[in-house]
Amino acid sequence: MSRLLEVNDLKVSFKTYGGEVKAVRGVDFHIDQGEVLAIVGESGCGKSVTAQSIMGLLPKKVSMIKGGSVTFNGEEILGLPKKKMQKLKGSEIGLISQDPMTSLNPTMRIGSQIAEAIKKHTNYSKSQVYARVIELLHLVGIPNPEKRYKQYPHELSGGMRQRVLIAMALSCEPKLLIADEPTTALDVTIQAQILDLLKDIQKRLDTSIILITHDLGVVAEVAQRVAVMYAGVVIESGEVEEIFEAPKHPYTWGLLHSVPKYEKGNHEKSRLVPIEGSPPDLFAPPVGCPFAARCEYAMEICVDQMPDVTKSSPTHSARCWLNDSQAPSVKDFVAAGGER
Amino acid sequence: MMSEPLVEVQKVKKYFNVGRNEAVKAVDDISFFINKGETFGLVGESGSGKSTLGRTIVGLHQATDGRIVFGGKETTSLKGKEARELNRTMQMIFQDPHASLNPRMRIIDIIAEGIDAHGLLKGKERKERVYELLKKVGLDAEHARRYPHEFSGGQRQRIGIARALAVNPDFIVADEPISALDVSIQAQIVNLLEDLKEEEGLTYLFIAHDLGMVKHISDRIGVMYLGQLVELTDSESLFDDPLHPYTQALLSAIPIPNPKEASTRERIVLEGDLPSPITPPSGCRFRTRCAHAMDICSKEVPEWKEARENHWVACHLFNETKGGKEYEKNHL
Repeated sequence: MSRLLEVNDLKVSFKTYGGEVKAVRGVDFHIDQGEVLAIVGESGCGKSVTAQSIMGLLPKKVSMIKGGSVTFNGEEILGLPKKKMQKLKGSEIGLISQDPMTSLNPTMRIGSQIAEAIKKHTNYSKSQVYARVIELLHLVGIPNPEKRYKQYPHELSGGMRQRVLIAMALSCEPKLLIADEPTTALDVTIQAQILDLLKDIQKRLDTSIILITHDLGVVAEVAQRVAVMYAGVVIESGEVEEIFEAPKHPYTWGLLHSVPKYEKGNHEKSRLVPIEGSPPDLFAPPVGCPFAARCEYAMEICVDQMPDVTKSSPTHSARCWLNDSQAPSVKDFVAAGGER
Repeated sequence: MMSEPLVEVQKVKKYFNVGRNEAVKAVDDISFFINKGETFGLVGESGSGKSTLGRTIVGLHQATDGRIVFGGKETTSLKGKEARELNRTMQMIFQDPHASLNPRMRIIDIIAEGIDAHGLLKGKERKERVYELLKKVGLDAEHARRYPHEFSGGQRQRIGIARALAVNPDFIVADEPISALDVSIQAQIVNLLEDLKEEEGLTYLFIAHDLGMVKHISDRIGVMYLGQLVELTDSESLFDDPLHPYTQALLSAIPIPNPKEASTRERIVLEGDLPSPITPPSGCRFRTRCAHAMDICSKEVPEWKEARENHWVACHLFNETKGGKEYEKNHL
């Protein structure tokens, strides 16, 4: 597998009346060809901003890229001139946005909206473009594509609109698909349809997918690797089994504990274990570990110094002082009630 | 479990007119009861009518037809003093903590709105009561003078809960109280709701689409599809032995936060979308998406019957005279 996208120490800030918001504060991750990477985190952790800066979609007036690099196929794409970025967008990287209600133009037929990108990036004839749109509508599982081609967004349900957005993102066979909360606005049964579709596309077209979500269930369903973000930093990353079975960061533990266990036959009504408090203010992010204030295992050093990345396997790494060689062993913490 | 019903919903219908003799049948002939001290979960997809049903029960909507009995009294016929007293005993917690608090009111006035409307407390007592409520929901007395924009989503939801509690209600309809919140905050609010239920002796109608959470908090669960109840039983039976094909599909669609299980289990993925509630399918409303649909399903509306003990379902598959026996044999 070859490295498709690599993000190194990305830092993004926003200018506001209240001062500078450090939304992304040094994010590292990579994705290989044909892989599904999930970026998980709560609202405000910087996961969408990260995606938007990869795509060059941040509003120029208020946002600043403070540092870092994003390489796509070995080429630096951060701060690429508009023309070059536009070429990349759509043809190499496709974006599926969260809200299928507002991302489509309500005054255009859906067929023409999908055709737009194809016309821009290829020199197909009219009939070729039409055939391609119909093919795409087929691919994303929209019945009656010829009829749907002529319809307007308001005539489609939420699930169908999300399929249209996926068709648009796929129109030029991108190598990388960035899906920003693609199922958050949908019902569970429709969510299951869309997740199946994404998995199917990844297998059939060997597309890499960056899936941004806050739903751990969705992550377990489709991802191969996971990056957990908190307050603008990737605090843990690894293979999906590693994250769910042997998480190394207290925040990941907390996330996994705060969802009710759903197993057949198991009706033990144990109390949920929430993470107390709320995420830090990113106007003045803490110097040390951003999670320290909510962490049950916080030590003195956690408040003063940002932990480095420690690796527990070639693929699994976390930013937590508990994993430092000089720290009291995590096993002791677990024995003392870490793993409830 | 106490078995005295607090709320009885009897053949309730709520139609919304949409011009020219057409109506959205948001709630269509629903009957069930909620016991005192119970948490009743109501699940279903958007457009299934679960919020409309909740709002109809507390009286925010006038039922088109049917009866709602609360504590032995029919609510629709109450007038004057009795109606006001009923409003006090039934409260609601709303979904969107950003839209349900008036941005121009201080927290103290938001929480005390019910107290003022019912003329319960004045002056210092009113203030004290608000402080007490704020502490009860995990906030601080000093928050009382602030405005809603100064709070996070989870804190706002706590304010909404304090407002509902202010008038000492017996029954609270919580309409998707956690779906707008982050995962780590959701658990905080669910724990708070559970504690308050114990402390105040409340009865809940908990409306949600997150089945995992509903299972966690509810004693019994009703599943809605297109304005009707399709299945109703205690939460254990619903999850272990779902009878209605829609419930089965709904349960199998929940993403499980466990990669091993997620890769091995078999999923029932429903085809298509929810049909229009203006012209619902004839017979069983789910038949257009049902893998087990039979001829009878398009002709007759399935009977709401007790297929197992305390396990109600509306499906022809469980009607022996309609060829349902066969399915049950194959199924088990």
